[in-house]
Amino acid sequence: MTDRYDAIIVGAGHNGLVCAAVLAAQGRRVLVLEARSQVGGAAITRGFADGFSISACAHLLYQIQPEVLRDLKLHPPLAAEELTTIALGDNGEHVRIHRQRVEGVSDADADEYRRFSKRMLKFAHLLHKLLIRPPPRLGTRDWRDLGALARLGLGVRALGRNDMREFLRVIGMNIHDEATERFENPVLRGAVCFDAVLGTHLGPRSPNTMLTYLYRLAGNRARVSLPRGGMGMVTARLAQAARSAGATIETNSPVQRIVVDNGRVVGVETDSGERFDAYTVVSNADPKRTVMDLVGARHFETTFVKRVGHIRAKGNAAKLHLALDRLPEIAGFSQDDYGQRIVIAGDEHRIERAFNPAKYGSCSPEPVVEMTFPSVHDESLAPDENHVMSAIVQYAPYDLRNGWNDAAKRAFFDSVITAIEKYAPDIDQRIIAAELLTPIDIENEFGMTGGHWHHGELVLDQFLFVRPVSGAAQYAMPLDGLYLCGAGVHPGGGVSGAAGRNAARAILKRETSR
Amino acid sequence: MIPGPVHQGRLESPFYARLKELDTVNEWHQWKGYTAANELYCAETEYFAIRNATAVFDLTPMTKYRITGPDALDYLDRLVTRDMSKVAPGRVAYAAWCDDQGQVIDDGTIFHLREGEYRLCSQERHYGWLLDAAAGFDVDVAHETDDVAALAVQGPTSYSVLSQLGIAGLDALKPFGLMHANFRGADLVISRTGFTGDLGYELWIEPYKAAALWDALFEAGELFGIRAIGTIALDMARIEAGFIAVYEEFLPADETVRTGRSRSPFELGLGWLVDFKKPNFNGRRALAREYRDGSAWQLVKLDIEGNKPAHHAYIFPKEKRNKGDIGFITSAMWSPVCKKNIALGTVRAPYGKPGDALWVEIYYQREMHWSRKMAQATVVDRPFWYPDRRGATPPGPY
Repeated sequence: MTDRYDAIIVGAGHNGLVCAAVLAAQGRRVLVLEARSQVGGAAITRGFADGFSISACAHLLYQIQPEVLRDLKLHPPLAAEELTTIALGDNGEHVRIHRQRVEGVSDADADEYRRFSKRMLKFAHLLHKLLIRPPPRLGTRDWRDLGALARLGLGVRALGRNDMREFLRVIGMNIHDEATERFENPVLRGAVCFDAVLGTHLGPRSPNTMLTYLYRLAGNRARVSLPRGGMGMVTARLAQAARSAGATIETNSPVQRIVVDNGRVVGVETDSGERFDAYTVVSNADPKRTVMDLVGARHFETTFVKRVGHIRAKGNAAKLHLALDRLPEIAGFSQDDYGQRIVIAGDEHRIERAFNPAKYGSCSPEPVVEMTFPSVHDESLAPDENHVMSAIVQYAPYDLRNGWNDAAKRAFFDSVITAIEKYAPDIDQRIIAAELLTPIDIENEFGMTGGHWHHGELVLDQFLFVRPVSGAAQYAMPLDGLYLCGAGVHPGGGVSGAAGRNAARAILKRETSR
Repeated sequence: MIPGPVHQGRLESPFYARLKELDTVNEWHQWKGYTAANELYCAETEYFAIRNATAVFDLTPMTKYRITGPDALDYLDRLVTRDMSKVAPGRVAYAAWCDDQGQVIDDGTIFHLREGEYRLCSQERHYGWLLDAAAGFDVDVAHETDDVAALAVQGPTSYSVLSQLGIAGLDALKPFGLMHANFRGADLVISRTGFTGDLGYELWIEPYKAAALWDALFEAGELFGIRAIGTIALDMARIEAGFIAVYEEFLPADETVRTGRSRSPFELGLGWLVDFKKPNFNGRRALAREYRDGSAWQLVKLDIEGNKPAHHAYIFPKEKRNKGDIGFITSAMWSPVCKKNIALGTVRAPYGKPGDALWVEIYYQREMHWSRKMAQATVVDRPFWYPDRRGATPPGPY
């Protein structure tokens, strides 16, 4: 028997694991090579201080695709489901958003939010249908592509005349205009805007932020949950599913390069010089890293390389982990509130002002924050009485003007603490240990170019038919035997598994059409 | 990079003063920023210098790039469609380069000056494309158009002229070969290349020696009928040679807007330059598909009855035009040396096989009034002009 794998998957991120599981379940001989000692990529749980663990990059489960769970028969145990979003306001006047209900605002706002939310979910549902399939190719006469395009058109049309008009009106818009048009409560406006710009290099007034808002809703109808044991548990389950389907997973095996011979991919070589052969190599790494570093630009054609080089992937979000001796005091909070998703964003202007310096390579002096205290639900993360806090803070641009040195990190850390202190005055005294991951740290630890969570900004010009780049949106790269399965390909980022599942299906389809 | 002063207005080549001295008609045009002569005294007379004696053409405005670095060969191999590893130092390769869709961006010559050191010459400028193509290669691409003065010395007596100049070793220089000579302390590169389809050479030297080279050349060529020429005469010669020209037979792919207006190498008769044995080059995937499925267009050389040049004529499969046209003429002329009415054109597949008898609709004007005639046009597969001396080494005196 030849020692050649049907598929080697580079990187055991959640998408790589989903792809491996789907391929292995179809009887393919699959090897997953992971650089670090632990599977999971950016969805892991790890220690950061003595006795304290945390979801080190992604920390909330928004959008694992129901189709992925169903296909792999997975039921990740959740510590808490359908978290309420609490947008903090001055003097304890917080706004609480749960499903389509908002508390802490005027009746007019609450009604308007209900209408808004209903319509947005309808649009998000349409988007969801696009996300679970490979995007159709443009300019072909293949009936499958034409069919998919027709379905897309029909889907938009089926919204009904009014909603279709509204969909086409808003899809390229910015969230600021939409939120200020609808809501009078500034904290509610801020909370809506915050959801659109979280994890992006966009401010509320940037075009395209309606799309990012809908994208967030599209995953799982806006339901946010906390997995028990952190995000690492989810990927551990995925790894289990892949293994039991027959895939081999090797950790501590960083892939040095993807080997090309006579115009096709034939395998990979690890840092230790070990060579593995395969008919297909699927990269869970981002498109730039895959094309430029792992394969090498010379093996592709010039325009393709240029397009890949132009993928916008500069992270702007940092991750803050705190070990706390106990929960801080937040005005107007009940015990239950600490277990929810807490947003410090102020109004839409404050978010935009936080974004402004990031355009010019500086950090926000007043960052905006999404934080959770996962240990409220999950005692495995911290010792008794103690707690952990996990927060996404922005904006912290990847290419900070004078670089991310210790002083810059310290200064940004202080401004985040100051922002939190406004609502939790004793937070500084509660801290036992802290860890701040800048986009540079995220790039280094998780191997994501530019420290971008989504392997590339989620914007209309890098979406659907043109993700990662025009002419290569069907998971197969323009190099025989090479595929992408990470967040850099359709449908994009978030712990959804959709890219991995789509990629696996594309590979299987291509095999049969040979 | 510190930007230098931006030159405003037309540049003058280092040969400009010499050309100006010979010029009697004051017919000039702009060629990539340089002033270049359409003709200097009479285009027809200049044309006969190419075919009967030695013609000297100022090639300085021709775009030139120096390509060096450890990956220079790999870089060029990925850039162009032909196999560059077969081009040894001291050799010149005619090559075409394509975009990812396999459409020709331009054609040109690549000089392997010394081991690992190349010069790429083309009609158009491609610095942006060449830099884009350099991603992932350890290669240095420098634009050196202004740093190299160049002359084409073409015609049956050109070998004699250069021998008279005292170039040692010229007798061994084969077509598409290049050699280094010493011209008064400067490196003079001589390549046996040209755009006339005849015996001829191109001379490359540093600009400060340009005028001296010109003078020495004209002194050496005095008894061999040497003459300076402009672009009109050169264009006549290249049509006879069956050479394609950008903006005539094709447009650079990156400058076309409508689909179907660019051309692949196969469609330009350059299929022999496409080497599918190379695992990767720009356009390979698209060209492999085209090779399998067939091309849409075919470049044709046409021998047309009568003596009226078929400028801009439509091409038809039959004398009756009711079936519609199948293509059009891109370059046409009455060839004095072949005594033939010749043209280059582009026709849709499956037309254009050698021997095909097609028809062209020629419009011509007599005392303001336009007339039209249908003329039979036969597809030929050989260049209209291909003298034995073009391939002979040594070419021998004339």
